[in-house]
Order: sequence, then structure tokens, then C-alpha cells
Amino acid sequence: MPSTLQEFFTLMTPIYPEVVVITVALTVLLLDLFVRKEQKSSLGWYSLAGVIIAALATFKLMGVTGSFFAGTFLLDRFSVYFKFSFYVACSLGILVSINYLKIEDIHRGEYYALMLFATAGMMLMASAGDLITIYLGLELMAMSIYVLAGFMRRDSRSNEAAIKYLLLGSFSSGIMLYGMSLLYGMSGTTNLAGIHAFLRGADLANPMVFLAMIMLIVSFGFKIAAAPFHMWVPDVYEGAPTSVTAFMSAGPKIAGFAVLLRVFSYALQPLQHDVTTIIAGIAVLTMAVGNIIALSQTNIKRMLAYSSIAHAGYALVGIAAGGPEGVASVMMYVFIYAVMNMGAFGIVIMLRRSGERGEEIKDFAGLGKTNKMAAFFMLIFMFSLTGIPPTAGFMGKFYIFKAAIQADMVWLAVVGVIFSAISAYFYLRVIMVMYMSEPQAEFKLATAPSLAIALVFSLVTVIYIGVYPDNVLNFARASIAAIL
Amino acid sequence: MVPLYWYVLLSAALFTIGVVGVLSRRNVFIVLMSIELMLNAANINMVAFSHYLQNLTGQIFVIFIITVAAAEAAVALAIIILLARNRGSVHVDEFNLMKG
Repeated sequence: MPSTLQEFFTLMTPIYPEVVVITVALTVLLLDLFVRKEQKSSLGWYSLAGVIIAALATFKLMGVTGSFFAGTFLLDRFSVYFKFSFYVACSLGILVSINYLKIEDIHRGEYYALMLFATAGMMLMASAGDLITIYLGLELMAMSIYVLAGFMRRDSRSNEAAIKYLLLGSFSSGIMLYGMSLLYGMSGTTNLAGIHAFLRGADLANPMVFLAMIMLIVSFGFKIAAAPFHMWVPDVYEGAPTSVTAFMSAGPKIAGFAVLLRVFSYALQPLQHDVTTIIAGIAVLTMAVGNIIALSQTNIKRMLAYSSIAHAGYALVGIAAGGPEGVASVMMYVFIYAVMNMGAFGIVIMLRRSGERGEEIKDFAGLGKTNKMAAFFMLIFMFSLTGIPPTAGFMGKFYIFKAAIQADMVWLAVVGVIFSAISAYFYLRVIMVMYMSEPQAEFKLATAPSLAIALVFSLVTVIYIGVYPDNVLNFARASIAAIL
Repeated sequence: MVPLYWYVLLSAALFTIGVVGVLSRRNVFIVLMSIELMLNAANINMVAFSHYLQNLTGQIFVIFIITVAAAEAAVALAIIILLARNRGSVHVDEFNLMKG
């Protein structure tokens, strides 16, 4: 029956990008059986091609808006923006992995498949129009990353990272589900639009509403690594393979913010007042914990883990500010953060040679003398993470704090700037070690074409957005109409 | 007929037991079981509300939660086997290679 088949394909049009990513992931699993061990990197390039095709599919769907599959799947500019961010994060993640996996001797096809599954989960989260879709997308992403974190099977630290991530991740899912069940019980629907409509007419003094909101904030706080729900972050980031750390510091965090924005700026928008107060408090605590504890770290992965907590804090300032400017600045910030952080992790991966870990900050000693190029890249990424112009990190922070000031939260912007100044100490320390210490021993870097592409892409993006932020910002601004 | 709030009380009790279990027990299996209790508390809530509201969405959600919980348990047990093999322990307190 051709007409039925045609109807089926028409019905599936909105989820073509997701279908492409999942199909590529499944074929990677199959092809893995036929590819010899020395040629596993071809699977990486194949996955990368799949991500690019998915990006083209998303590009073609850009004009289409609407809700599909009984309101569970939304296609709008908001989800498109986040999907492009996921494609960038996933592509960079694949590119930094190819050589690293060879060095660690864990080059197996499942790695790329899991990465693609995680990406598909994130895409589903960004497009979710229903609590069920949010939960399924989140679990698809989280479970793939639990396995990726433990991918070095024989390494105790990797095992430990995986179990810690899994226990705290599923703990937070449990809290989220209980909050969702309360929301469902009150509103009688799991649809975000339905919940929004219900809350508009509801008695907001009802403690159940408040409890459900708190539970959702707590569980999303776990996912985006906000204090006081950040305990798992340093251990998991340190123990996981570095390429996985790079990916999970970018992808899941963007996805977490996508859901946070969709749920709190749209579905729970009638509770805006309470949400703003709580998020502002969490933002201050997160910036404080991230920036202050990072000062004493000697391991660069751990330092970047605390830095990742601190950056979640800056982004939360934008959510607390709210309004179109606040939302747009958060969207821009998480993208910038993902790119510059992936770049920094790319350099850390370069330092990994068989026999040497290259994870201590002192391993960077004299890099500015022995390898000028790598040191220069690290310099730019560290400047960007600190927020020094003309890098993207500065523009991201600038628009976040501007949104906070416009929303009459000057104190929050001031606190953010103070903590940003504190963060200069530990970022610039890396630069100081690179340029002002003598090289301790001769070391060669683990360079590879794939890694070079990732680094050059990150560098160009960081500088481009730093000099000319309008394109990304306007894209973000054009995307927020769907949720406001 | 059993009133709705009995179910809600039961699920609240289960959820609390689960949270306390996760936070206080040190054996990784008991922690996992406590997490299952939390998920099942949400399930009871969903089904009770679903019946009370005469709306099927809650029960559909429950089926998804049960499926995902099973997958999660599979991943968790695989990781625990690796840990037991590499470390010879299933106590959360002893997973302390990384600190700071």
C-alpha cells in the first residue's frame, strides 16, 4: 500500500534528524563487526558524516514549526538552535576522540555509537513537548554517558567515575520523576502546554505546586552541575576518559539548559517569581563553589570540572534574569562555553602520550617554549574561559550580566563579575606555567589531523564570536519566540 | 474504594525511604534498590492519579519508567561487576581513588 507508506514518511518528517542520528549509530554497531582494529578511526569519520547529514536535515526543517506526535515532539526555532549546538558538541567530541582512543587502546566502535545515542537523547530533550519525552531523552543521553564514562574497563578510576555518575544520575532522575508525578496529579496532563495552561488558573499557594517545582529544580541542578548538587562532577570528570569528559562537559550541560529553559521559562512560567528567587540563590552558590574550589586544584581535568560548575553558575544568572534578553544570553553562553571548553580539553588530550597522563597542571611547564602552537591555542581558550576580550567568553559573560542589570538584578551581576575576577587566578596560572616555567622534560605531543581540525574549529569560533557576536546572538534571539 | 490520599501517602513514604536509603546506606546494591524505591514511588503516584483522573497518560508514563529502570539496572550491574573485579569491593565508601 504505497499511500500508507507515503503517509508514514510524511508523518516522520519532523524527526528526520533524530532518525538519521539513530540509524548511523545502529549501523556503526553493525559495521564495527567488519572493521579491523587498526581501521576503527574510519567509524569515527563515518559517525561525523552522519552528524553532518543530520545537521543538513535540521537545516531543511528550519522553516517548519509545530507540535507533532500528540504534542510530545515540538519543532521550533528554539529546538533548532539547540540541535545545532549538539551537532557542534558531538562533532568536536568525535574529532578529539579518534586519536585519544588509539593511544588509550580502547578503540571500539561502540564508543561512537554511544556518543550518537547520547546526541539523539539531547536532541529529543531540546524538542520535548511533554514530560515523558523529556524523561526519555534525558535517560537516553544519561545512560549512554554512564557507559562512556566507564569506557576504560580495566581502569579503576574510570569504573569509579561511571558508578558515581550512575548512582547520582539515577538518584536525580528519581527526584525528577516524583516531581513530574505530582505535576501530573495536579494538572491531569504531562503536556508542557497543558501544564502551563493549568498553572495559569491554579492556586499557586498550593504546597504541592511548590514541592513539584523544587524537585524539578533539584534534578535539573544535578544535570547541569549546579551547587549544591555538584559533588559528582569533579570525580566523574577526572576519572572518565578525557575525550568523554570533553563531550560530557559540553553536550549534557547544553541539553540540561535547553530543558531548564523550556520547563521553567515556559511550562512553569506562572511560578516565575519563586523560580527566579531560587535560581538566583543557586547561581550565586554555584559560582562561589566552582570558582573558589578550583583555586586549589592541581589536576587540570579537576580544575576544568570546577570551572564547568562555575560556568553553569554564570548561565544560571541569565536564567534568573529571565525575559527575552536573559534567555537569549543563556542560549548564546552555553554554546560558547561548549566550544571553548572542548578546545581546552583538546589540548589536554594532546598532552596524553602512552606512558604519561599529562593531566597535572605542572605537565604544561614550558609548553610555550617547546610547542608554541599548542601553547597559543591553550592561551586563547584560557583567556576565553576567563572572559577576556576579544574572545567569545567575554561576549557571553557581557550579555549575561547585561541581561541581569536590565532585569534590575544589579547585585547578581556584581557578584558574577567578582567571581569572574577570582577565576582569572586559576586560568591564568595555566598560562603562567606554560610560558614562565622551564620545560621539565622533553615531551612530544600526540597530534593528529582530527584533533587539529577540532582545535582550529574551536579557535576560529571563539575568536569569531568574540569579535562579531551578532550572528549567534541574533540566531538565539530569533529562536526564543517559541518559549516566551 | 481506597481514597486517593492513601496512595499518595504510601508513595511519599516509599520515596522518603528511598532517599534516606541512598543517602545513608554504603552497599552499592542497597543504594541501587533504594533508587528503585524512589522510581516506584513515582510509579504509584502516577497510577493512582491516572485512575483518579480517568486519564491514561500516567499509566503510559509508568510503562516507560519501568522499561528505563530495567535498562538502568543492567548498566549499573555491569559497572558493579567491573568494580568488583578491579577493586574487590562493592562499598561506596571505598570508591575513593579521586578526592579534592
